[in-house]
Amino acid sequence: MKRTGKVWKYGHNVDTDVIIPARYLNMSTPEELARHCMEDLDPTFAGGVQPGDVIVAGENFGCGSSREHAPLAIKGAGVSCVVAHSFARIFYRNAINVGLPILECPAAVEDVESGHQLAIDLTAGQVHNLTTGQVYQAEPYPPFMMALINAGGLVPYTRQRIETGNLSMRAGQV
Amino acid sequence: MGMTLAEKILAAHAGREEVHPGGFIEVSADVVLSNDITAPIAILEFEKLGVERVFDPARVVMLADHFAPNKDIRSAEQCRVMRHFAQAQGLPHYFDVGRMGIEHVLLPEQGLVLPGDVVVGADSHTCTYGALGAFATGMGSTDIAVAMATGQVWMRTPETVRIHYSGALQPWVGGKDLILYTIEQIGVSGARYKAVEFAGPAIDNLSMDGRFTMSNMAIEAGGKAGLFAVDDATRTYVDGRATRPYRVYQADADAIYAQVIEIDASQIEPQVAFPHLPQNARPASQAGAVQIDQAVIGSCTNGRLEDLRTAARVLRGRQVHPGVRCIVIPGSQQVYLDALREGLLEAFIEAGAAVSTPTCGPCLGGHMGVLAAGERAVSTTNRNFRGRMGHPESEVYLAGPAVAAASAVAGRIAGPEEVLS
Repeated sequence: MKRTGKVWKYGHNVDTDVIIPARYLNMSTPEELARHCMEDLDPTFAGGVQPGDVIVAGENFGCGSSREHAPLAIKGAGVSCVVAHSFARIFYRNAINVGLPILECPAAVEDVESGHQLAIDLTAGQVHNLTTGQVYQAEPYPPFMMALINAGGLVPYTRQRIETGNLSMRAGQV
Repeated sequence: MGMTLAEKILAAHAGREEVHPGGFIEVSADVVLSNDITAPIAILEFEKLGVERVFDPARVVMLADHFAPNKDIRSAEQCRVMRHFAQAQGLPHYFDVGRMGIEHVLLPEQGLVLPGDVVVGADSHTCTYGALGAFATGMGSTDIAVAMATGQVWMRTPETVRIHYSGALQPWVGGKDLILYTIEQIGVSGARYKAVEFAGPAIDNLSMDGRFTMSNMAIEAGGKAGLFAVDDATRTYVDGRATRPYRVYQADADAIYAQVIEIDASQIEPQVAFPHLPQNARPASQAGAVQIDQAVIGSCTNGRLEDLRTAARVLRGRQVHPGVRCIVIPGSQQVYLDALREGLLEAFIEAGAAVSTPTCGPCLGGHMGVLAAGERAVSTTNRNFRGRMGHPESEVYLAGPAVAAASAVAGRIAGPEEVLS
């Protein structure tokens, strides 16, 4: 699966309060949330983002609250992938769970600039900078995370396990 | 191989002899929590699982604290979604206005979270319960939906960082000052993905309220959990409240830590963290002339009785500066009642402070003290991100209750000694 889009680049510690300010947490659909995505950090984002665009950021992307509204807002905005140096723990889980593609790829973050065109190959975990010609390899997902992603997120994964009667504790191993 | 406190609890809940950092495990949860912001999405996802009932109604806790009492029509609708679900599922531990408190003040107080538990909550400050010697961690709504249905969650076993505090605390220094200082030292991603074990003589003497404050902010260093070993203070707090039996776990003497950090707590002064990250802490005495418009005393970080007592020691017999709105928010109905009976609320009101029913309200810019452009607040809450308490051009300075109360009197950021002298 390959998707192409323009880069919106931000710095370190992009927190969930700027991804989706709490004043909008009285709504919960991706479409509504997307209209306010990144509003307090970059007021031009929500109006300018095109389907397939990529957010590129530094360390600890998505730090702060557990609000799933944050990956939902980004997904609702049509962003095809968030490429960061690293992700905050809860945001990482939430993104995988709701099916927002994310990649940890410090080398790409170093080189990529706002406005560059990227092609993201999620299966290969590659970031291809179409503007400069550089190709970067992202950190591979552990097999368990890959199984979650391939199932389409945590809910389809769990539903499948419930339906096949495979949910009983198996010595705590997943 | 020796295990840390976090590893001991996780291994027991995964039905394994041992767990290793980096390994993926499936863990049984003792308590599954959500609130009026996160429950509606969790309920939506729960309904997609094809399961009729929650795994155990007594283990699923819901409460309305963030935008409650309802701040607007949309918030009222969200609370209603949660209320109907709680009623339909027959949840005995559903808390609504009049009985609710701020979740991380209320659950320990009600004896619903206990030592040795694994607690998962759709709220990042779920890590607060680590103060009880529990493994408690925040997750998103979808994780919580699955936990409500199955009683199980997947986890990656975290490495543990041990932070050892030596020395005696200076006057007016509490849990908030210790944790702000710590985050300044290690940074907002210093414990990312890791469990933190707080230890050492300086915190052995810390009250349970102070420990809750420290565990609460483990997430502000990126931590997955922030744990204290169970001691006499824990047992005294828990016994008489516990709603079920609990089990105490201890770290092995030969446990392996990713890092051990030594902090000389005797050097720590009352702290204040400047915008827009909790790691921007410095001594309040070195804050310079920072005029403030608002002081907030409360929240899941500092809304407990000891916090209000500290604030009252500063505010009693003094006046809130005419340029400051001081808002005091007890964290639960019990804290409110205790503060009332002790005369603390009288001291606040006579000083010119507003006293509110429990709510998360202003901490996340919801209601009860939202900031305008250019305004500054000193707040005992946990985050000072851009726009956290209102307008993106407003500013939040994090501090403990002593500094917040002193600043309310001075009209600028001030330590308690300045105001009391």
